[in-house]
Amino acid sequence: MQEELLFAGFGGQGVMFVGQLLAYAAMDQGYEVTWIPSYGPEMRGGTAHCYVVISDKPIGSPVVRNPKVAIAFNKPSYEKYEGLVAEGGLIAYNASLIETQGERKDIDQIAVPATSLADELGNLKLANIVMLGALLTVRPVLTLDAIREALDAHIPSHRRNLLPLNLQALDKGAAVVADRLAT
Amino acid sequence: MAKEMLKGNVAIAEAALRAGLEAYFGYPITPQTELLEHLSKRMIELDRVFLQAESEVAAVNMVYGAASAGVRVMSSSSSPGVSLMQEGLSYIAGSEVPTVLVDIMRGGPGLGNILPSQGDYFQVTRSAGHGDYRPIVLAPASVQEAIDFTVMAFDLAEKYRHIVIVAADGQIGQMMEPAELPPMREVRKERPDWALTGAEGRDPNVITSIYLKGEEMEAFNLKIQEKLSEIRRSEPRWYEFQTEDLDMLVVGFGTAGRIAYTAVEMARERGMKVGLLRPQTLWPFPEERLSQLADEIESVLVVEMNAGQMLEDVRLAVGGQIPVGFYGRMGGVVPMPDEILEAIEGHYNRLTVRTVRT
Repeated sequence: MQEELLFAGFGGQGVMFVGQLLAYAAMDQGYEVTWIPSYGPEMRGGTAHCYVVISDKPIGSPVVRNPKVAIAFNKPSYEKYEGLVAEGGLIAYNASLIETQGERKDIDQIAVPATSLADELGNLKLANIVMLGALLTVRPVLTLDAIREALDAHIPSHRRNLLPLNLQALDKGAAVVADRLAT
Repeated sequence: MAKEMLKGNVAIAEAALRAGLEAYFGYPITPQTELLEHLSKRMIELDRVFLQAESEVAAVNMVYGAASAGVRVMSSSSSPGVSLMQEGLSYIAGSEVPTVLVDIMRGGPGLGNILPSQGDYFQVTRSAGHGDYRPIVLAPASVQEAIDFTVMAFDLAEKYRHIVIVAADGQIGQMMEPAELPPMREVRKERPDWALTGAEGRDPNVITSIYLKGEEMEAFNLKIQEKLSEIRRSEPRWYEFQTEDLDMLVVGFGTAGRIAYTAVEMARERGMKVGLLRPQTLWPFPEERLSQLADEIESVLVVEMNAGQMLEDVRLAVGGQIPVGFYGRMGGVVPMPDEILEAIEGHYNRLTVRTVRT
């Protein structure tokens, strides 16, 4: 098993964090994992991305040209990375900020109104966790329980008060795609 | 100890202090800064010395001073900062004081950029300063190796009273992977007998790199050369993958070597008899092993994130026996597995007659 994921969005949307969260969960589940950030001369409002590779074997290259999964939090990221997703792969995108029908038909296009759902929870910063909940429901790279456990295990003590809200965000993301799959 | 999710730069810093680092002198520079940042917090917590110098030139000379006093010391920087340290490194080599330097390499020449590169291969393996010497150079390809080689760097530096450089590209510094940190060692209390510790009750020790008489300088040069010969015999390290039943060998270090591993896996799936040699010591270069393998194979492909620097050492080791090809990216561009695979295929297919070995 090897999964390659690309997370991309505006600086401040929690792109790096959500990639790290997935990486921590993968480690806790006993997988090999690499996390690589973009670290150019980034600026506020610019785009940022990170790659996560999860495998049950030692990981050679931590970079991939055509990831199986891409998660786009803003329009520039969608436009940049939709074309790069491997055939038969998946792109999950933040439908609150990205209006598209999806150009490519050979990959799954998962629209998640992550920013609006996060707003309903009262904190726009939760859009990344909403997105992760939706992604893992459609494509169970890891279980949602693995993410819950990783949040619980690795959240810094001074942020512990945010744990319930993050768990809610995860469920909200999972619910929104579950509804869609059902209809 | 359990595995933790660690960023390369932070892992190196934590490994160094667990190896008994007593003093750190440095100056911030991307993509190495998290290393210095981590030590700025941890060294103070542990009541050890952390000092952000006014420049790399100052930092390396502070390292020289502390090392002369027998203190376990290090600095870290990235390519242009390491250029600034060259003079100090040469004095350190000429004074035979143990020193560890971490170089998290970035794109160059000049100010270049902050992206991952292996463009310092010449700078770190050829001499790292003027005069006849070569530092020991360790090249990790993962966060775990970055940790292990950092600990090893202190041991080698003290064993040989020499400079050990841990040379990793920016990607190793920036990436996170699960890795295991070493246990915390006690900080050494006693000082080596050559150290400048105050000469009360004993003859003074002298640490210098100046020998005005030609014969004396030459005698010292010969002593260094003898030491380097011993290192050359004893310390080459490398990693091999799929080197049985082999037509062609890929040679790459650090991140390039790691990505080449994936390309070699892909080539094997396509039926090509390809393997990987990943030098873990850039100096001493694993020339003997490469030379052995060259007797058995038909060609070598070198993959680097530079214009072809280790390529020269590979050619020397292979000694013109077989063709040596090269694939490189520069400017901070990290090669993707598929482009290395394409280079492997191109090089492999040029071996028109594949001899049957008897």
